[in-house]
Amino acid sequence: MTDQEIIERINSSLAEEFELDLGEMTPETTLYGDLGLDSLDTVDMVIVLEGAFGFKIREEETIREIRTLDDIHRFVINKKRQMDERA
Amino acid sequence: MSLKRVVITGTGSVSPFGRGSDTLMDALLAGRSAVRNIPDLERIGGLRSRVAALVPSIDPKEIPRKFRRSMSPMSVYATLACYDALAQAGLSHEECGSGLLGVSVGSTVGSTATTEEFFRDFFIDHSLERMKTTFFFQIMNHSCAANVAQALGVTGRILAPSAACSTGSHAVGYAYEMIAMGRQEQMLCGGTDEFHPLTAATFDVMNAASVHFNDSPTRTPRPFDRERDGVVCAEGAGILLLESLDAALARRAPILAEVIGFATLSDPSSIANPDAGAMERCMQLALADAGIGADEVDYVNAHATATEQGDVAESEAIFRIFGDRVPVSSLKGHLGHTMAASGSIELLACVGMMGRNVLVPTLNLENVDPACTPLNYLRQAESGSVKVIIKNNFALGGVNSSIVLRSYPHD
Repeated sequence: MTDQEIIERINSSLAEEFELDLGEMTPETTLYGDLGLDSLDTVDMVIVLEGAFGFKIREEETIREIRTLDDIHRFVINKKRQMDERA
Repeated sequence: MSLKRVVITGTGSVSPFGRGSDTLMDALLAGRSAVRNIPDLERIGGLRSRVAALVPSIDPKEIPRKFRRSMSPMSVYATLACYDALAQAGLSHEECGSGLLGVSVGSTVGSTATTEEFFRDFFIDHSLERMKTTFFFQIMNHSCAANVAQALGVTGRILAPSAACSTGSHAVGYAYEMIAMGRQEQMLCGGTDEFHPLTAATFDVMNAASVHFNDSPTRTPRPFDRERDGVVCAEGAGILLLESLDAALARRAPILAEVIGFATLSDPSSIANPDAGAMERCMQLALADAGIGADEVDYVNAHATATEQGDVAESEAIFRIFGDRVPVSSLKGHLGHTMAASGSIELLACVGMMGRNVLVPTLNLENVDPACTPLNYLRQAESGSVKVIIKNNFALGGVNSSIVLRSYPHD
């Protein structure tokens, strides 16, 4: 899976879960300010990403630092790379 | 202490006929049935009843996702019905946060479909890792009241009565009492429910569900009819905006009717079987609360779900008070039994009857069961002035309730 394919899967998964407009989902879009997500949504976002990519990330400390869509993209791409290296 | 007068200034309905109180009234007066054969019910072993009255497609997205995410369909129905009741009453969503307005909205249980969905996933590997945060908010006993209050920013009292088929009446009755006592100026109140096969099964296992009309669904249920064979389960929401007469007059709000009496009592004779004596006492208490005699009542809106024991007992109770003078009908023939919503949907239909000066007959009542008392059973619409109505709701568990409405004179 290429980085671009990962980004597209993240965006489509989040768009479906949170009823977002894909056209408005730019890398600099902030989760809390621009998209209006809250703490409940953040927990559900983790579940959605775990389901989409088959990994467990709930206990990852770096999740707490995520603010923008780009943060999510980079986090997931990095996580996928680690998984692939272990495989 | 002097009690405040309480009036109805708005109604909202999501019924098996669709959204809107006028939609409901038009269907009732046209003699339409909302009952359909539900093919999915054939997959459930042991379930003999395959009919239900379901809410047709509505668009829940009118409710912002932030609030909708914690709603199962019953909360969606209630919230949309609240939107409509507020609109009719001319009360803005912003005014819901005044602290003067409270919410009293109940359901029979939390969302069964959501619970089923959770356990279907849970039993795969007994893992909670896929559980969404909004699951619990959909199965809480007070899910609908809480969701309505959140969606509208309500800061007043919040109450979530749960009394099976009396829920809608309880919600309205307790709201009426709160306003009468001056504890709140306005209350959004009523019942709501969503259909699940277990609801039909509940009645089927007690031999109280309709099972003989699966291929001719619009012929059932048949309240008071000698061919009746039980309950047809349905879904929906009925919401009324109640407010003190003073508040309504100050706002120049449209006054649709006045609530003048409410009574509820427990019938401990049986958890399942109704007792005519307890039903009679309930109606008498409601009339006493209203301060009127039986001779002042123009119409009885019966609970009458088309079960043998319920219809016969209620006909006996009505006969003891009203004899064969007062017109009586049940709306279950059109709507099925909307469970927690039945009390309030049927009550707002009574408001509609007052407004249109017409009484809706019992659909599917062709031949009155000889076991029922000789009441003035309405079998066709009757026009004329409708000033006082008593509406009954009698629930499994021995929960009885009656509400008395009076038309409001517009000089």
